[in-house]
Amino acid sequence: MSLALSAQDITRALTRISHEILEKNQGSANIVLLGIPTRGAHLATRISSIITSIEGSEPPTGTLDITLFRDDLRMRPPRAIMPTKIPTSGIEGKDVILVDDVLFSGRTIRAALDALGEIGRPRTVQLAALVDRGHRELPIKADFIGKNLPTSKNQSVRVLLSEIDGRDEVTIEEGAEL
Amino acid sequence: MKHLLSIADLNKSEAISILDTATELARVGDGAVKKLPTLRGRTIVNLFAEDSTRTRISFEAAAKRLSADVINFSAKGSSVSKGESLKDTAMTLQAMGADAVVIRHSASGAAQRLADSQWMSGSVINAGDGTHEHPSQALLDAFTIRKHLGMGASDLAGLNVAIVGDILHSRVARSNVLLLAMLGAKVTLVAPPTLLPVGIQNWPATVSYDFDSVIPHVDVVMMLRVQQERMSDLFFPNAREYSRYFGLNGERMASMKSGAIVMHPGPMNRGLEISAEVADSARSVITEQVTNGVSVRMAILYVLLAGGALEVGSN
Amino acid sequence: MTTADYLIKGASLPDAKKADISISNGVIASVGSEFKGDAKNVIDAKDCVVLPGLVDLHTHLREPGREDAETVLSGSRAGVKGGFTAVSAMANTSPVADTAGVVEQVYRLGQEAGFLDVFPIGAVTQGLKGEALSEIGAMADSVARVRVFSDDGNCVSDPLVMRRALEYIKKFGGVIAQHAQDPRMTIGSQMNEGEISARLGLKGWPAVAEEAIIARDVLLADHVQSRLHICHLTTAGGVEIIRWAKARGINVTAEVTPHHLLLTDDLASSYDPVYKVNPPLRTEADVHALREALADGTIDIVATDHAPHPTESKECEWQEAAFGMLGLETALSIVQKTMVDSGLMNWSQVADRMSIAPARIGGYENHGQPIVVGSVANLVVINPTQEWTVDRDLVLSKSSNTPYHGHVLPGVITHTFFKGAATYSNGTITSVGGK
Repeated sequence: MSLALSAQDITRALTRISHEILEKNQGSANIVLLGIPTRGAHLATRISSIITSIEGSEPPTGTLDITLFRDDLRMRPPRAIMPTKIPTSGIEGKDVILVDDVLFSGRTIRAALDALGEIGRPRTVQLAALVDRGHRELPIKADFIGKNLPTSKNQSVRVLLSEIDGRDEVTIEEGAEL
Repeated sequence: MKHLLSIADLNKSEAISILDTATELARVGDGAVKKLPTLRGRTIVNLFAEDSTRTRISFEAAAKRLSADVINFSAKGSSVSKGESLKDTAMTLQAMGADAVVIRHSASGAAQRLADSQWMSGSVINAGDGTHEHPSQALLDAFTIRKHLGMGASDLAGLNVAIVGDILHSRVARSNVLLLAMLGAKVTLVAPPTLLPVGIQNWPATVSYDFDSVIPHVDVVMMLRVQQERMSDLFFPNAREYSRYFGLNGERMASMKSGAIVMHPGPMNRGLEISAEVADSARSVITEQVTNGVSVRMAILYVLLAGGALEVGSN
Repeated sequence: MTTADYLIKGASLPDAKKADISISNGVIASVGSEFKGDAKNVIDAKDCVVLPGLVDLHTHLREPGREDAETVLSGSRAGVKGGFTAVSAMANTSPVADTAGVVEQVYRLGQEAGFLDVFPIGAVTQGLKGEALSEIGAMADSVARVRVFSDDGNCVSDPLVMRRALEYIKKFGGVIAQHAQDPRMTIGSQMNEGEISARLGLKGWPAVAEEAIIARDVLLADHVQSRLHICHLTTAGGVEIIRWAKARGINVTAEVTPHHLLLTDDLASSYDPVYKVNPPLRTEADVHALREALADGTIDIVATDHAPHPTESKECEWQEAAFGMLGLETALSIVQKTMVDSGLMNWSQVADRMSIAPARIGGYENHGQPIVVGSVANLVVINPTQEWTVDRDLVLSKSSNTPYHGHVLPGVITHTFFKGAATYSNGTITSVGGK
C-alpha cells in the first residue's frame, strides 16, 4: 500500500481544479456541477464551495446516479440506487461538469453521458476527476485531473474522504479491484 | 430473490430496500429522466388470466420505463379464456423467451404453482392470486404510508393502521397484514364477523367489529372493496346495513386523527364502503397510490431482473 | 400326504406366534410347528407377518366411465400389490352404479381380471342426486349381491331421504355408508377450514360440516334401528360422536383412511394438488384422535378411499384440481408406520381393522377368516423389517397421484394369496384366471 495523495494534496488539487474550471468556462455563470455518488458527490460539493469563495456566488450543484445506466448490471447482484438530484435550473444548454473520484475504464462516464441524454441537452459536458489511473476501455478523457496515477491492472486505487471515511487520503493497494 | 410470490418471501431489509429503490425511481419518473435502459432486451409477459386494467397497466408502464419489452397475455380473447391450461400457457411463454411473468389469476396459489413447476424458467411476480396475496399492492401501500407519515424513518414503527372490509376474501388484506407488521406498524382489522376468516387469531393484527371505536386511534384507514355478490352469499343482509356499520362516510372521517390518511386499493364502490365525499377529500391518497404503484413495480422489476445473482447486494 | 401348493415357513401369525402355514387347493391346509411334507413353492417368511388378505371397503375403480384414470383390471393389480384380496368398488362411476346392470358389469370385470374379489357398492339414490332411492333390491339380489350402499362422492344430505334409505335397506341386510359432508356449508371448499386455509386464501371445508351429518345420521340410525357406516372419518369431533353413539348401542361403524392417519393440512402450503382430497387433510390434533380411536376400536376399519386421477387433473392450480389420492399400494405400510411402529396397535389388531372387520361389515364371507385349517387361503405376507421408497412412476395404478412419492415407508409386502394362489409374489403379479 502506498500513499498517492495526502489530505493536503487533495485540497490543493481540488483548488486547482476549481480554478481550471472557471478559466475554461470563463466564470461560473453557465456551469452545473454534478457529482457521481458516492464520493464524486462529496467532491462536487467541495468544488462548489471553493468556486463560491472565489466567485462570490454558488454554482448549481447536484448529483447524478448512474447505476441504472451501467452496462455491467447483470454481472452482480442488483445494486442499490443512489440519489439523483438535478438542480432546478436544469441542464438544458448548460456546461455540465461531471465530478468523480477515480477515472479508470471510462464506463461510469459513458453511463453518465447516457443518463444526461435522458434528462436533456447540455451545451457541453466536461469531466473533473480527482485521480486518473489509466486503462481506459472507451474513448473517454478527463478535462480536469487532480493527479495522474499510473497503476497496473493488479492494483486498486482507494479514495477516502472525511465526509464518509473520517479522513482524506488516496492510496494505491495491491490486488485488483473487484 | 428469483420470484415475488408472497410478502413472506421478503425479510424486513429486502422490503425496505424495495421501498428505497422505489423512492429513487419515483424521482426519476418525476420529470428528469423519462426512460431508463436498465432492462433493455428483457421480455416481461403480463399473464392476466383475471381481468384487471389498473394493475396490468401499472406493470406495463413500469416495465416500459425500464426499456423492457412487454407482451400482454390477457384473459379475454386469449387462449387462457378458451380453456388452455396454466401449464400449456406457461410453456408457450417459455418458448417465447419470457424473462419474467407477471401473473394475475383467480386461483390462490397459481403464482406459486407456476414458480415451482418446470414449465418455465423466468421470474414469477404475483400480481394477485385468488384470495391469497397481492405483494406489489402491499408494497405500494407501505410506500405511500411511509411517504406521508414516515417522518424520514426507513420503516413504519409506531404507526397504527386500520384495514376495513371483506378481509376473508381479500388478498390485499393478507399481503398488507404481513408487510405492515414486518415494518413495525400495528394493524387492526375491522369487519363484520362473517367476513373474517376462521383461524385469524394467529395473524399479527387485532380484530374489531366496531369501526367507530377504532377510527380515532389510527394514522391510516385502509378501506377494502366489498363485492356485491357477498350480499347474496349471506355475508351481510344488505348494502345499507353494511355501510351503516362499516362504511367510511364524512362523519366517520371527521373523527379521524389530525394528519391521518385514507387509502383504498381500488376499484372503489362509491357509496358502499366509501362515500364520494371521503374519496375526494384532502385526506385521501387514493390516486397517489396509483402513481406510486408504477415506481414500486419498477423497483420490484429492478430487484428481480437487473442483477445477475440471487441476493440484493449493495455498491 | 399330497404336495402342498405353497408353504410359508416360519412366519409370525397376527398373534405373534410363529408357524409354518401350508396351502392346498385354495384353502389353508395346515398351521403349526414345522411342516414336514413337500411343497411346490416354499417361502422363507422368517421375518414376516402373515395376515388375512386385506379387504378395502372403499375403493374407486373408475370403470365404467373414467377408464383414463383406472380400470377394474388396473385397480385389481394395484390392490394385490397392496396385499388386498377384496375391494369394494364405489358407485360414483359413469353411469352411476344404481342398477343391477352396472353392478353386475363391475362384478364381472373383477372376476375376469382374476386378481381379487371386486364387490360393487350400489348407489343409495338414483344418479347420486340424493332425491330418489335407487333400485336397492335389484342390486342386492343381483349376481353382485350388493349389501353396502353409498352415494360416496356425494352426501345423502336430505334427512328424509337418508331416513328412508336406512329403513329400506333393512329388508336386504344392507348398510348405508355415508359420505358426511353438508353440501351447503362446503360449496367451493378446497381444504380444511382453519389457520392454514385463512393464510393460503383457499376456501375452507369446516369440520362441523362433517360432524353435523354424522351426529344426525347416528340418531337416525338409532331411531329406525338400522345399520350405518361412516366413510373416511377425519375429525376429533367426529370420533367423539361415534364413541357416544356406540356407547348407546347404536349400530354404527366407522372407517379412517391411511392418509388421514398421517398427513395434515399444512401440506397444502405448497399448493400442490396431490394433497387435495375430500374430505380434506385436517390438523395434528385430528390425526392424534383418529389414531387413538383406531387403536381402541372406536374406528372399526381402515379403508383406502383409493381415488385415481389422470395427470392433467392434478398438474394445475389447486382450485382446478380433482380431489383424491391413491391408496391401495401404500395402505398397509402407512398403517404399520403410524399405528404399529408407534406402538399404538399390534398386528392382530391390524388384521382386525384391515381384514376381519371390513369383511364382516360388507358381508364378505370368504374374507377376513381366521388363519386356521380350512379357511379360504386369502392371505398377505409382509416383512415389517424392510423398507421401500415410493415412486409414482412405478405404481401399478393407471394414475400416479400418490402423496408419498419419494417417501421411505416401512413394511414390504412379499406375497398376496387369493383363493390359495399367489397373485403377488416378490414383484410379480399373476392373475388366477377369469371365471
